[in-house]
Amino acid sequence: MFFFKRVLLTLSMLGATTTVFAAEPIDAQAQEKGLNIVAEAERRDNGWGDSSAEMSMRLANKHGASSSRQLRLKSLEVDGDGDKSLTIFDQPRDVKGTAFLSFTHSLTADEQWLYLPALKRVKRISSSNKSGPFMGSEYAFEDLTSFELDKYQYQYLRDEVVDGLDSFVVRNFPLYKKSGYKYRDVWIDKAEYRVLKTDFYDRKGSLLKTLKNEDFKQYLGKYWRPMKASMNNHQNGKSTDLTWTGYQFNVGLTERDFSKNSLQRAK
Amino acid sequence: MFKKLSLVTLLAVFWCSQSSAVEISGRVGVQSRLFFDDSSLQNSLLLEPEFYWASNSGDDAFTLKLFGRIDDTDDERSHGDIREALWLHVGDTWELRAGIGKVYWGVTESNHLVDIINQTDLVESVDGEQKLGQPLLQFTTIQDWGVLDAFVLPGFRERTFPSAGAHLSGLLPIEADAGFYQHSREQKHVDYSLRYSHAIDVFDIGVSYFWGTNRDPHLVANVSANGEIVLRPYYDQIGQLGIDVQATIGDWLWKLEAIHRDDSVRDFGAMTAGFEYTWVGIGDSVVDMGLLSEISRDSRNDQAPTPSERDIFIGARFTFNDIQSTDLLVGYSQALDYSDSYSAFVECSRRLGDVWKLTVDARLFHSDRESDPVYQFNNDDYASVSLEYFF
Repeated sequence: MFFFKRVLLTLSMLGATTTVFAAEPIDAQAQEKGLNIVAEAERRDNGWGDSSAEMSMRLANKHGASSSRQLRLKSLEVDGDGDKSLTIFDQPRDVKGTAFLSFTHSLTADEQWLYLPALKRVKRISSSNKSGPFMGSEYAFEDLTSFELDKYQYQYLRDEVVDGLDSFVVRNFPLYKKSGYKYRDVWIDKAEYRVLKTDFYDRKGSLLKTLKNEDFKQYLGKYWRPMKASMNNHQNGKSTDLTWTGYQFNVGLTERDFSKNSLQRAK
Repeated sequence: MFKKLSLVTLLAVFWCSQSSAVEISGRVGVQSRLFFDDSSLQNSLLLEPEFYWASNSGDDAFTLKLFGRIDDTDDERSHGDIREALWLHVGDTWELRAGIGKVYWGVTESNHLVDIINQTDLVESVDGEQKLGQPLLQFTTIQDWGVLDAFVLPGFRERTFPSAGAHLSGLLPIEADAGFYQHSREQKHVDYSLRYSHAIDVFDIGVSYFWGTNRDPHLVANVSANGEIVLRPYYDQIGQLGIDVQATIGDWLWKLEAIHRDDSVRDFGAMTAGFEYTWVGIGDSVVDMGLLSEISRDSRNDQAPTPSERDIFIGARFTFNDIQSTDLLVGYSQALDYSDSYSAFVECSRRLGDVWKLTVDARLFHSDRESDPVYQFNNDDYASVSLEYFF
């Protein structure tokens, strides 16, 4: 059911889809430029090692009713493959202690396990759920898994100023099956290669959601992470706001902290 | 039992108060069960507090989880238990657990053959999924070649049964407290178990062996002092080999559990195998639908004391993916050889606000054959409503 790797990055560079270019003129130059921009963003985020953070989610509908969730995230960068992540749920209280372990792979299917504390049961779950909502939020699983360059095709669209920052706009087409998106348009600032904004287009090509990343902080003198993100669904009027606190890098996490055993004692 | 509980609670509270990092959580709830056959109501209150303490390094942790239910119609169902009183130490490639704990093994949904460490708290739920805390010492080694768990299990827990005459108690009275044993050390017999488990590619596999007192008592008919026929649980010594495998391939989960048990009455084998397939976002909605089907087989055939000797289970799980985490599971079990024998259930839950949860369950049983284990529940169809507050 859930996610994360480096939520950030992830949230950051959302990409896009298969051979959807039918209607688009094939512009090899725009494709190359798009790939280069995203590859540069990926390159700049390499080497962060491991991190932990707390995240709160606020879910709201168009009538203003809201609900919140509290999660803890641990992430490990894996050389030459996708990242590993462990997500622990603190709230809502009825799911307290539930934990989610995910191994992202660039070429093969991701591996995911869920721990249900009431039954003390570890369940291997299907990782093919990409488009489903995460915990009733406006985030889909695919919005929250670690970003892998190979999982998308890219097309540079234009330059544009967003939040006062000169940015590239790159369209990403998911290459993996079962994406809920036809494509995503991503605003990446030219100075630091941070994902500032993403527009998500549904399978029919209509604008579905907009994600804005804000309050960026830099860690280890190199890695940028947003402290806030807001996802607005234009079709149902619902929104989900994320806030990160307690970000820490180089906390000494190793592969051993990302196993079915560590999942069972995550608490 | 309650005396013991309060002593442990005091000790735990004392110990936990020595540290600032104690977390208290849990649930308190009410449950009403309506039995359709005689329109009777069974009401109860439950409390399940949990105290958790972890050292600053995270290498040591202690969990105390208590459980109590007060039932207005069944004295046996008014009961308390230490679900967990467990110290955990985490080493580099190993873990050690000591105290009272709960362990779950297995992959299938309709039947839990492999899971053997804990005794079933049958008064809690007729599906056998609620368990009593088990005294244990568990050593775990985590290696590249897999995970090996070794268990020493001192102290045996007897199965709980509903009071004679209460709903879901069966046709003949069971004297839960009059259990008798094959081994002279009775409840003091020390049991052992080993389990190897590993995740390889799409497969999650487990192989386990258990030596010790049978969790699954034989019910032996006796004539009581006043000439009544009563059933007494007989706990014999067994050896049980268990295998569980799940293959996770795309939207499909393929599952197998199989056991072989050397039992004092007769040796037998049993297996449950099946699949779960999930459609994400049915009909352009955000609702997921999972379809489950499992077949169970027991080599004892009609002599098997379980209703799963030759059965098929079909179920559907609806996950609404809404803010309230609404969930609906519908299941139906049918004997393959006898069209008149079946059971069905519905389980539905939904969060109310942030801290309340409402659960509605219903179970139906039907059989025309007296020798069928389902037959004893013919008059026990019920619906249950639970409201729980989480703190």
